[in-house]
Order: sequence, then structure tokens, then C-alpha cells
Amino acid sequence: MNLFVILLSALLVNNFVLVRFLGICPFLGVSKQVESALGMGLATTFVMVVASAVTWLIQWFILEPFGLPFLQNMAFILVIASMVQLVEMFLHKTSPGLYQAMGIFLPLITTNCAILGLAIMAVQGAYSFIESVVFGLGGGLGFTLALILLAGIREELKFADIPKPLQGAGIAFIIAGLLSLAFSGFAGLVS
Amino acid sequence: MNTTVVSLLSMGTMGGLFALGLAVASKKFAVESDPRVDEIEEVLPGANCGACGFAGCRAFAEGVASGKALVDGCPVGGASVAKLVAEIMGVESEGPQRKIAQVLCKGGLAEAKKRGEYTGPRDCRIAEATQGGDKACTFGCLGYGTCVAACPFDAMAMDENDLPVVFEDKCTGCGLCVAACPRDIIVLVNEEQGVHIRCRSQLMGRFIRPVCSVGCIACQRCVRVCPTGAIYMENNLAHIDYSKCTNCRKCVEVCPMNTIEWQEGKPLITKGAAS
Repeated sequence: MNLFVILLSALLVNNFVLVRFLGICPFLGVSKQVESALGMGLATTFVMVVASAVTWLIQWFILEPFGLPFLQNMAFILVIASMVQLVEMFLHKTSPGLYQAMGIFLPLITTNCAILGLAIMAVQGAYSFIESVVFGLGGGLGFTLALILLAGIREELKFADIPKPLQGAGIAFIIAGLLSLAFSGFAGLVS
Repeated sequence: MNTTVVSLLSMGTMGGLFALGLAVASKKFAVESDPRVDEIEEVLPGANCGACGFAGCRAFAEGVASGKALVDGCPVGGASVAKLVAEIMGVESEGPQRKIAQVLCKGGLAEAKKRGEYTGPRDCRIAEATQGGDKACTFGCLGYGTCVAACPFDAMAMDENDLPVVFEDKCTGCGLCVAACPRDIIVLVNEEQGVHIRCRSQLMGRFIRPVCSVGCIACQRCVRVCPTGAIYMENNLAHIDYSKCTNCRKCVEVCPMNTIEWQEGKPLITKGAAS
């Protein structure tokens, strides 16, 4: 399969957040500022890329040959949790500000269903190793894109006159819905 | 059987490898942090419930270490945890005291005169904004029950004298009534304190006498009689320093206006710091 198509598909057409509705929690949680949204997106992208590589190896060199596909979820979560821990340590050391800004959502990448979803979808799609990694990269970048789009709009919203009942989460949900609607326009771009 | 062994082995090996990697990484990316934070986190309940107002026990521990939180700020841990945290921080903990709202005005319908008629909405904040309401005393309780309406725990009610009363068994010390009162009449006080100067009027004695029969006239008898120096005068009003008051009630006996009130059932307090 064409690598570019896989990338584009994961990035736009089947965007994990806006089309597949995975990983909604950080999507709404860490999208108040573009800067922290970018950090969160990149952290998730890193975890996605590494996880898609490692889970591919685990799937085809450990689980399949030993007849253990039923351990898939557990093994993948193990990988993801370890990667998140690594990213958390790395960020705590290198960028304490970002670490503070992401707060609880950083360790929660562990339970971000987008990542487990990505790993499982890569297996279901029978992607090759390279395709898997590209799929992870596309998924991660798509996640980052969605986060930054929402964060950018929410930053502007601070100056907008929002009706009182919609302030806070309400307007964020509506915008997320509109973004999702807009992304449905990509459907059919690649089959 | 074979599958079980293979599963155990493969998952165990993977887990072990990841653990090893993380152990190496944690050494490499170790961040210098206040060791007290870890110690405090150790003694906390670890439920990450957020009842302290911080995002979990770790955040609370950091707050304590940096002085942003009180050592007795963990409501779940109670006195025992507060003591341990205080030990780590090297400070004395008096234990988490339950705070109770106290209404510092006794001038209800019977005691305080009105200077006019107020027919607006029955809300103290609106009354206060409307030429200061109808009470002749500009410091006293307006009596429209905004504090009662603000109380989410049904711990307050207006009595027949149009004064708010606090039900101590229900009061959680949340402070919503304190914030609601436009005249700052309500304060949060430690539960054990039983002596209260129930007046906020800064009017001089000769001005307060005609309008209120229970207002502080600043005669200073309570100041002189207090054995611990807990009462002091400020702006024609006796104030009580609760950290020094031992509930001895000498001031209650001498107060000519009965402004100072003793709540039955409170214990005598021995305060180490006072002696």
C-alpha cells in the first residue's frame, strides 16, 4: 500500500479524534492553550510511533508465532504504559513547564484509547513494519492537528461573548462537533 | 498448559525488559526534587480524591512543601496524617480544627432599631446596595437571609428575630455564607471556641446605644478582665483573638450590653502558646 495514502488516511480522512472519536479525553482536557496542546500532541505522537513499531514486533514475532493473540490487549497496554512513563520522565527533566501544563493528562496517555486503537488497527490492517510506523506517525500528527485546531479556536473564544449556559465545556463540545463535521468532508479523499 | 507457560514467559520477559528500561531511564532522567514532597506523599492516604483542593495527593504534597497548602489540609487523613505531615515539615500541628460559621451580630428585630422602611427584594446584598438597607446600625445584620440562601447544607436558618442561626452539627465551614454576607458579619471560627463578641459596629458608644441594645459600646471592660490578653479594641469595637481565648468567660460576665456571648457546651481550652 502506498505509504502516503496511509499517512493521509490516518491524518485526515480517518482522523483518530475527529472521525473515529478516539482519545476525546485529552482532546478536550488539554486544548485550552496552543502551546500545551502542541506539547501534548507531540508526546502522544511519540508514544504512537514508538508503540506502533514495538507492538508490530510483539504482534508478529511473539504473539503470532507462540499462538498468543489473545494477549494482544495486555501486551500492547504494557508497551504503551512503558512508553508513557518514559515520555513523562523525559518531559519532567527537559520541560518542567510543559510537564506542569499537561498535568494529569500526561500519565493518562496510557489510557488514551487512540493509541491502543492505533496499535490494534495496524494489526487488523496487516500493515508491514514501515506501514505501521507511518500509520502511527499519521495518527499522532492527526491527533496533534485536532488538538491544535481546537486549542486555537478556544484561545480566540476567550475574547468572544459566549452565552452563559454554553461557557466552558458546552461551547468546547459544540466546536469539537463542528470540527468533526468539517473533517467528514475529507471522507472519500482516499478509499 | 503449554500456552500458559509460554504466556507467562513471554509477558514476564517483556515486562521485565520494559521495567529494566524504565529503571535505567528513571536514573538518567532523575529530577532533583524536594525530598519532603516524597515523604509527605508517603504518609498521605493516597486516594487522590482531591478533597484538599489539589489535583491529587502528589500535588497536595508539593503544595505543602512549597507553603501553598497547610499541613492539616488533608480532610481524609485527619489529625493523624496532619501530625505526620507536620513532623516532616518541622512545624507544630494543632490538628485539623473544624471550622464553624459564627454570626457576629445580635441586633435582630427586637434589639436593633430601623431607620426607615425597605420594601425591595428580600436580599441583603440588594438592601445593602439600596442606601444601606433599613437597619439604623450600618454594620449590623440586615436580616434578609442571603446567608441562609447561600448555605448548601441547610445549616442555617433565620429565627423569629430575623437573625441567622447556625446549626453547628450541620455546618461544614465551607464559607459560602461568609462570602454571601454583604456586611462581613459571618466569620469562620474553630469549633472549640465558645466566646464570641457578637458585634461588628464601629460606631462610638453614644451612637450605638440609641439604635441597638446589644451593640459594643467600647467600654473596654472585657479588655481589662481578659486574663490572656485575647481581647483588644480597634475602631470602637472589641475584637477577640481566638488563638488566645481560653473560653474562661470572664468577659461574658462583665459585658454590660451582653454583646459578648457564651455558647453552652464548649470546653475550656488550655493553650500552650499563651503561657
